[in-house]
Amino acid sequence: MSVFKESGHLFRLAALYAVGTLTFLFIRGVLVPKSFGQYGHYRGNAITEIAAHPIHFAGHQACDTCHTDVQQLKQSGMHARVNCEGCHGPLAKHADDPSVQPAKLDTAKLCVRCHAASAAKPRGFPQVAALDHSNGLPCETCHKPHSPAISAGGAK
Amino acid sequence: MTTGVEGYMYPNEITLYWSVLIVLYPYITGLVAGAFILASLERVFRVEAVKPTYRLALLTALSFLLVAPLPLQLHLGHPERSLEMYFTPHRTSAMAMFGFVYLWYLMAVLTVEIWLDYRHDIVVMAQSSTGMKRWFYKVLTLGSNNISDRALAIDERVGWVITLIGIPSAFMLHGYVGFIFGSIKANPWWSSPMMPVVFIFSAMVSGIAAVMLLYMLVTRLRKQKIDMLCVDTIARYLFYMFIVDFSLEMLDLIHRIYEADESFRSLNFMVHTKLYFSQIVLQICIGTLVPIALLGLTQVLQLHEIVRKRIYVAAGCLTMMGIFAMRWNVVIGGQLFSKSFLGYTTYKMALVTREGLLMSIALTILPLFILWALVKLLPPWPKTAKGELPA
Amino acid sequence: MNISRRQMLILLPAAAVAWESILAGTPESSPNYKMTEHWWSMLIDIPKCIGCGNCVRACQAENDVPDGFFRTWVERYHVTDWNLENPEVISPDGGKEGFPSVTEDADGKYFFVPKLCNHCADSPCTQVCPVGATFIGPDGVVLVDQTYCLGCAYCVQACPYGCRYIHPQKKVADKCTLCYHRITKGLTTACCEACPTGARQLADLKNPKDPIHAFLKTHDVQILKPQMATGAKVFYNGLDGSVR
Repeated sequence: MSVFKESGHLFRLAALYAVGTLTFLFIRGVLVPKSFGQYGHYRGNAITEIAAHPIHFAGHQACDTCHTDVQQLKQSGMHARVNCEGCHGPLAKHADDPSVQPAKLDTAKLCVRCHAASAAKPRGFPQVAALDHSNGLPCETCHKPHSPAISAGGAK
Repeated sequence: MTTGVEGYMYPNEITLYWSVLIVLYPYITGLVAGAFILASLERVFRVEAVKPTYRLALLTALSFLLVAPLPLQLHLGHPERSLEMYFTPHRTSAMAMFGFVYLWYLMAVLTVEIWLDYRHDIVVMAQSSTGMKRWFYKVLTLGSNNISDRALAIDERVGWVITLIGIPSAFMLHGYVGFIFGSIKANPWWSSPMMPVVFIFSAMVSGIAAVMLLYMLVTRLRKQKIDMLCVDTIARYLFYMFIVDFSLEMLDLIHRIYEADESFRSLNFMVHTKLYFSQIVLQICIGTLVPIALLGLTQVLQLHEIVRKRIYVAAGCLTMMGIFAMRWNVVIGGQLFSKSFLGYTTYKMALVTREGLLMSIALTILPLFILWALVKLLPPWPKTAKGELPA
Repeated sequence: MNISRRQMLILLPAAAVAWESILAGTPESSPNYKMTEHWWSMLIDIPKCIGCGNCVRACQAENDVPDGFFRTWVERYHVTDWNLENPEVISPDGGKEGFPSVTEDADGKYFFVPKLCNHCADSPCTQVCPVGATFIGPDGVVLVDQTYCLGCAYCVQACPYGCRYIHPQKKVADKCTLCYHRITKGLTTACCEACPTGARQLADLKNPKDPIHAFLKTHDVQILKPQMATGAKVFYNGLDGSVR
């Protein structure tokens, strides 16, 4: 067939493209991560890798295992639902190794963060204009942070 | 982090991630699609008058197409991972599918069409040239020196089919770019089914203008006479395309103004402040209305050849700028307002960074260098010395 | 904290065992985490939020969030009665250090809105990712595979809520993981752990005992931008119509 003979160059081009496609498929087979597509169109191992990130907040369950006294004290007061690390900050390192001591807290800053008076806050939430309220005295003069009602603990 | 922010932005919106490079990407892709469609006018629709630009248009399309992925590549956080787009393409992602449309267009349409069209010349040059050049052409022949009349007739036929496939492919190439933006429902400035259509027509406008300007420039550099019938015809097509493009854009605009949905107040404010210069002044007035008026003049008045040429050059340059402004307004404009519709941020173009002004200028000029090299290797015009037309 | 040395010595081994089991991922509360048995979401109780910024700081500490970017942030809305469509919103440094005080005589109403990734079931960000570097896992958490992400930022553009950013050092997409490394070990998220008022509650929709079911039955709950049809899974109680 002369048509085939006369279009030989086109077959050469087609062959070149076929080789290119096969090379691509081969490289693709080598380079695509093995776990890709395990659960969906993504690398399945990514899930376990993300799940293995380090923890910084130990969680109140970890605190409660040692600090039962504080937990009991908190239970009866207004801060019963405030978790330890909400004020004390991330302490997984301390949970890991109790000799790592958490930083001392500055109640002058800490308390007003939540309790400074602002009309933007929910009505029922206890809030004070700090300067008028304590006349410059530190909060813990009257309020014990773990059980803040004055009747409950008094000055410490 | 209050730099350049007015009103309220979600805090993560203050940084703008798609820079001037992403403006260049649809711009360059548009030139490719436009140039190709101009070339196919001759091939498929038998518009003989534009024949002198046929090969130049194909080479222009190729040189811009080779540069088109570079701005994307440069803007990626991890360019070394970009092949993942081909290895594990996500079927629901317009961007992933664009990779394949691009590859299809480059490898199956443009390269093949150019190769078929030039095959006669390549075989001749592989025999007549020497040294490195000889090897280059020899590789391009793929080892087949068959340029019998029968073989060339087959090439002509196959080339015609490829061009026929090429037209929808060119539409798809740029329509897809439009879809990348038009399909983002979170962004009301982009989200529109009109986006791909507007992109295709503006691409044709910019591509036709680019080839017209390049043809006039190259002909002048070669100290040849400009074929006025050819340029007049191209200008007429440019004029028609521009009117369609402008009508579509205005339709989109009027629709937005009349519907005035939840985003309207915010977008309207943006167009009147941060985008006023680039949208109203550059894109609509100087970049669209003026060139349409200029081209319209040449259609209704019997103007002298020199006047026509000057008008074409002026209109062509303004068009190129206007379409660039359009891309800018789409890409940058779409990131200046908050998706809360409560505030605006500012885009500050860097100068010498990887996504800066100098880089974007380099990327705009690069296709012209590639085109120069391509023209040297594959001359798009008949060799005047021998006085014979290429087959 | 008033723990004696003797008490400490007794308690330590028990605590160490408990903590190690948490780190190993097999605490009593979730033995052998199975992805298909969970469908995570979060409940935000707006009337409880006091805008203290604890959640924002906790998130940054837990997840090493770069400065100026936020996996969670808190907005303060100010809505006057004739201007529902045009609220005045602020979020200074994501609300990390709280908000300026407002005096009693101010007009209109104020409230705080904590924001985070909505872990959408039909999420537009995972839809547009060209390579499958971001995805919704079998347990309903939208994650980013940062070793696979190109950093193209398409997902950032596609998120209607502004929850994503490109990490300035890693150059890849970054976002809330719903503390995936914690919830798979039976812990709650860092933001929920640190929230002093219980305004944020991690919830597992597939767990029939989760209090979220009772809450959703008895409260008027809304999601953000429902018109976007993203299948958002962060539920807001007491959400004002002006919030966007």
